[in-house]
Amino acid sequence: MHRNPSRPLSPHLSIWKWGPHMLVSILHRVTGGGLTVVGSIALVWWLVAAASGAEAYETFQSWATSWIGIVVGVGLSWAFFQHTVSGLRHLVMDIGAGFELRTNKFWANMTIVISLLLTALFWFLIVVAKG
Amino acid sequence: METPIARVRGLGSAKSGAHHWWLERLTSVALLVLFVWFIASVLRLPDLSYGTVREWLADPLAAVPMLLLVAVSFWHGKMGMQVVIEDYVHEAGSKAFAITLLNFFTVAGAGLAVFAILKIAFSVTTGTPAPGA
Repeated sequence: MHRNPSRPLSPHLSIWKWGPHMLVSILHRVTGGGLTVVGSIALVWWLVAAASGAEAYETFQSWATSWIGIVVGVGLSWAFFQHTVSGLRHLVMDIGAGFELRTNKFWANMTIVISLLLTALFWFLIVVAKG
Repeated sequence: METPIARVRGLGSAKSGAHHWWLERLTSVALLVLFVWFIASVLRLPDLSYGTVREWLADPLAAVPMLLLVAVSFWHGKMGMQVVIEDYVHEAGSKAFAITLLNFFTVAGAGLAVFAILKIAFSVTTGTPAPGA
């Protein structure tokens, strides 16, 4: 069947054409879930280790600075910035703004760009400041 | 006998959705402020060694915002995860189990973090010793 591509598709999960707004929407949930589970565990471990003594803190630090810890750390920081920027977009949409198709798509894409830039800046500052 | 059958069966609105929605936004704005403070503070520390972190958390102006950050983070995360569970877990038993687990995780995690911050804040002494010490 020939379809006129300028016509909207019928609303069904398997027929919808993927757009950046959908990706950002599901990323908001995935990053939120990741931060709640993995982020909470990392934060609690860090604080409890600092409260428990030098030896416990050393164990935490050796994990945090291992390659696995760095991968988790970079992942968490990206998830944080993505969730934050996407959350700001949600606050704007909550007041009823930014729903025009072009604007909506632009800011959906921008959340991805901005969160990657903030993650890069964050780790740049860490590497520069801490050597 | 006095409860409408629809509420007994868990049908219809619980009449608390708008409040939940509003608290999610309110906590998100609070977290924005708290995390800007947290990231700036951590980046300004000379390092993240045991001594530096403990001395930093001994300052009330670090310990209190940190306590707020922990409380609001766990609260916001709990509310968000609850919505995700309610959206994707449809079987009543699994949903009740998942939400119970989420509540336990939230209270245990926040409790541990709060205790750890208070322990550091109340045990580390910096600067001049107190009179009689």
